[in-house]
Amino acid sequence: MTTAALEAERDERPVHRYFAGQQTRFMQEWREILQSGHLLYNLVHRDLTIRYKRSVLGAMWTLLHPLLLTAILVIVFSHIFRFDIEHYEVYLLAGLLPWTFFAQTTVSSMAATAWNGALMKRVRVPKSIFTLSTAISGLVNLAVSYVPLILIMVMRGVHFRPAMLFLPVSIAILAVFTFGLSLALSTISIYFIDVREMFTVALTALMYLTPIIWPLKIVPPRFQMVIRANPMYYLIEIVRIPLHAGIVPSLTLVSAGVALALTSLLIGWLTFRRLSAGFYPHL
Amino acid sequence: MSSITCKNVSVSYPPRKAPSLKEWALRRNRGAKPFDALRDVSLIVEPGEAFGIIGGNGAGKSTLLRVIAGIIPPTRGEVIARGVLAPIIELGTGFDGELSGRENIFFNGSLLGRSRAFMRHCEDEIIDFSGITEFIDAPLRTYSTGMIARLAFAIATTVEAEIVLLDEVLAVGDAAFRGKCEERIRRFHQTGATILLVSHDLESVRETCERAAWIDHGRIVALGDATEIADAYERGLRPISAPAVANV
Repeated sequence: MTTAALEAERDERPVHRYFAGQQTRFMQEWREILQSGHLLYNLVHRDLTIRYKRSVLGAMWTLLHPLLLTAILVIVFSHIFRFDIEHYEVYLLAGLLPWTFFAQTTVSSMAATAWNGALMKRVRVPKSIFTLSTAISGLVNLAVSYVPLILIMVMRGVHFRPAMLFLPVSIAILAVFTFGLSLALSTISIYFIDVREMFTVALTALMYLTPIIWPLKIVPPRFQMVIRANPMYYLIEIVRIPLHAGIVPSLTLVSAGVALALTSLLIGWLTFRRLSAGFYPHL
Repeated sequence: MSSITCKNVSVSYPPRKAPSLKEWALRRNRGAKPFDALRDVSLIVEPGEAFGIIGGNGAGKSTLLRVIAGIIPPTRGEVIARGVLAPIIELGTGFDGELSGRENIFFNGSLLGRSRAFMRHCEDEIIDFSGITEFIDAPLRTYSTGMIARLAFAIATTVEAEIVLLDEVLAVGDAAFRGKCEERIRRFHQTGATILLVSHDLESVRETCERAAWIDHGRIVALGDATEIADAYERGLRPISAPAVANV
């Protein structure tokens, strides 16, 4: 071996190498995120606390918000428009909570990536960390918002069944789908801010096309395929069924959910890999 | 092996892209040319060396520092940095007015890539160095600008690193605090860290650095002994803006 090679072998310093045309590699990004564990923790912590820092009721709002929302929707839909569903408030909330997680995470990940543009201009951070931290805060909020739902279920005398233990699996599938889509959207929104407005409008349309407030059976059979073409149908259904119906969702539903989640993650990562290296001038 | 190697590094920014659909549709930016912030910069800094970078506003000094820190990707060329990096590029990055001084120490530290254990270990030292013992648990929005700057500098410079990238951050606080800052930089140097110092203050480049490079319009125009380069820069600058240089 030459002296230079020997010297290189003894060299234990970390090597940072940046060159033209360098693409973000999956393992590299993943390693950097693991190394930034302290930052990830702080981003999530800040997300969860700052929101309520100046408010009187503080974190109580995480519980109150779904309760009040349900109260309004239950009044409107149990007394004004009636659907033939057993335990309507459980049906509604069990679908509305995962939807809120999906909607809030996708929209705030775009905002978080844009707000943190100033950070990305000044320090080297793995750029997908802002989307990841938004999704994690969303999951924490989602977990907390299940508390009022369980209270309602106890009050209404809904039976607790072992199938409800499937809920974490369903939520994991939804979370992966949401993260993939958020990563794609937040990456594109750095270049093209209008995506935020477009998506927010699309989200409202999508909510009414997803059986959350109303049951699928009110749709005439010949139009049901329109609803079944909507990915959110599968993702919301698998999260709601274990709680509302007390059964494990069918294999068809679950495999559709998994396929959607993996597709979304792949699209999100490919978009991010292609575009994230060119962020700097656009931040 | 060298600490920092830049091989033919160029950075060019694309012409400003249309930020909205309307502007994009109207194609207002047609014919705009890319801006070259760095052109073919090659540089080798050895371990333990203190290297200065001088040049006018917009010459590309900060861009070079950011390329080495891995923040801006080079458009052409390559950068290799060997060792634990501590970029002190802009103070108080990510400071949040709602969080207390103490919470900001941890948040800012994590942004700079430091572990929670390390920040716990240095917490008292940072508070002590910044001189904000009394108000450390009050929200940052209640601090004066000087206090924020002192806290930011204390966090940024409490670090164990093999390469320190410093961007004109020496000029914070009053004279006494500035003395403490210079002391810190000397300590980095004594512990054998490589220092890359970008500064307008030619005096601190002469004092701290062994070698220096003069950058103009994104190109290295002179490279060599720090004092000689600083002198040459001063002479070269004099005819352009004599009154401003008088008190440098």
